[in-house]
Amino acid sequence: MTQEAPTSTLDLAAEFLDRRTPVDRVRGILHRYPAISPAVVLVIAVIVFGTINPRFFAAANLSLVLDQVSVVGTVAIAQTLIILTAGIDLSVGALMIGTSMVMAQTAANNGLPAPLALLIGLVAALAAGALNGLLVTRVKLPPFIATLGTFNIFIALTLLYSGGQTVRKADMPELLTWTATALPIGDVRLTVGVVIMLALYALVAYILGRTAWGRHVYAVGDDEDAARLAGISTKKVLLSVYIAAGAILAVAAWIQIGRSGAASPNAGADLNLDSITAVVIGGTSLFGGRGLIWGTLLGAIIVGVFRNGLFLAGVDGLYQTLAIGILVIVAVAIDQWIRKVRK
Amino acid sequence: MTETVQAPHQAPVPSGAPVLEAKRLVKTFGRVVGLDGVSLQLYAGEVLAVIGDNGAGKSTLIKCLTGAYIPDEGKLFLDGQEVHFKRPQDARNAGIETVYQNLAVSPALDVASNLYLGRERRKSGILGSVFRALDTAGMRKDARDQVLKLGISTLQDVTVSVENLSGGQRQAVAVARAAAFGSKVVVLDEPTAALGVRESNQVLELIENLRGNGIPVILISHNMPHVFQVADRIHVQRLGKRAATITPQSHSMTDAVAIMTGAAQA
Repeated sequence: MTQEAPTSTLDLAAEFLDRRTPVDRVRGILHRYPAISPAVVLVIAVIVFGTINPRFFAAANLSLVLDQVSVVGTVAIAQTLIILTAGIDLSVGALMIGTSMVMAQTAANNGLPAPLALLIGLVAALAAGALNGLLVTRVKLPPFIATLGTFNIFIALTLLYSGGQTVRKADMPELLTWTATALPIGDVRLTVGVVIMLALYALVAYILGRTAWGRHVYAVGDDEDAARLAGISTKKVLLSVYIAAGAILAVAAWIQIGRSGAASPNAGADLNLDSITAVVIGGTSLFGGRGLIWGTLLGAIIVGVFRNGLFLAGVDGLYQTLAIGILVIVAVAIDQWIRKVRK
Repeated sequence: MTETVQAPHQAPVPSGAPVLEAKRLVKTFGRVVGLDGVSLQLYAGEVLAVIGDNGAGKSTLIKCLTGAYIPDEGKLFLDGQEVHFKRPQDARNAGIETVYQNLAVSPALDVASNLYLGRERRKSGILGSVFRALDTAGMRKDARDQVLKLGISTLQDVTVSVENLSGGQRQAVAVARAAAFGSKVVVLDEPTAALGVRESNQVLELIENLRGNGIPVILISHNMPHVFQVADRIHVQRLGKRAATITPQSHSMTDAVAIMTGAAQA
């Protein structure tokens, strides 16, 4: 009895101090589970679009949505890693397209075996990612500026290297376009590219959530000084994040070749901003250290669902873009609001 | 002048060999002399406070002890062995843990992750060696034990993220981390500077618990009541030199301030 007294007094005091409104509680929950808000948006969007046009729910249509987001969804994995470190990468689209040209040209024009062509593309993407990483960690450029520079450099190099020529499907070995192969499961027709994208999400989710490196990525984005004082080699972590992004973009390049059935140096111009859109809608904070990779997948699918659903509802393409723009602003506004959790 | 009158006023020296000893450290910045031959001894199981006015060389001294600065002259001994720290990480590896004024905790990570940040433990077997899986459950359990051992009653849930904690609780996280890894010395830089009365008391209690666990503490503080409450001995730094080493029993707070400002000579 005597021992319980102080405890219950403390409980009372805690209850007295915990005068949070229901709104504050919701904010606290969203703060703890950042993937909730995109999940809610996706569920509502699916219900609304499905009600407007029942064809939306057709297995073939849902498979199509996934296929349409497979490239941007994969690019957005790389973007998420970088945004988690409080950076941003404006060069992801250009890097990915450049890589796809390296893969296609070495196979089609230089006649290298397809696996070797893919490997050379991977090496090129790793080198390009390392360049971004070195500019950020060694030259100490802000990631925005570093990748704005390399964005232009990668575009120019891609056009110089390819001579502006598209490599057609007929000229490429089958392995390069294998990612477009459909794997029918009943009415659902997932492409190899979609399966690879989902596997990559699972892999990165594991690495971010269950390994020391993943935890360090969050710590560096959260407070770089604190991470350094805790004994983390922050520069190594940052550099490795940009190199990992290069590897992921090489996979995206392979999926891109399959999806477009060709390798074109002029494709993918929107991918930089589209990938940031997916990350932001997915609830990852642009200020770093906060977010979940699964949120990005939801974000990418939300964009795909909006475009597809509005299209099926007979809405003009311009309104699709308008809707995406509003989504981005709402998503960032919600993030700002969530971050104002009581201290 | 001042250095010659030190000896008779030395505080009674605890028995045994010092855990950490600095001998005649000198550190200059261009023509500015930060440390002018400062010696310091820290013994097992004691709280040694370092006080001094701004510019007296407190921070420079601490930075030399924790590897943030490399002294120009002088020697550093840890457990009787001479050591040379080139980086803060060297000092940490040797067992000198520092809790910085700006705390160095990661707000978005939970308490257990913060305790193990930078030295995460992996699972045993191939899950850990091949798949690099963290032993999250084990680290949480040990974090809980550590928090209990230090008597930090305010940190009950080690899975709550640090940004939801109060200033005193964050300080407790930082101190718990410093004490967690078999460290030989814990250095606390102004741990109560940003805290209210109640939270300051919790941190002071925590310092006493550290001492109770046999870990010697160097406490840098401006706050005389706090220093006199927990310190066993007080190293007074003035104009780049050790003006005196006193104890709360031998001198009053007024005496300490007088030595600090040069109004009295120990």
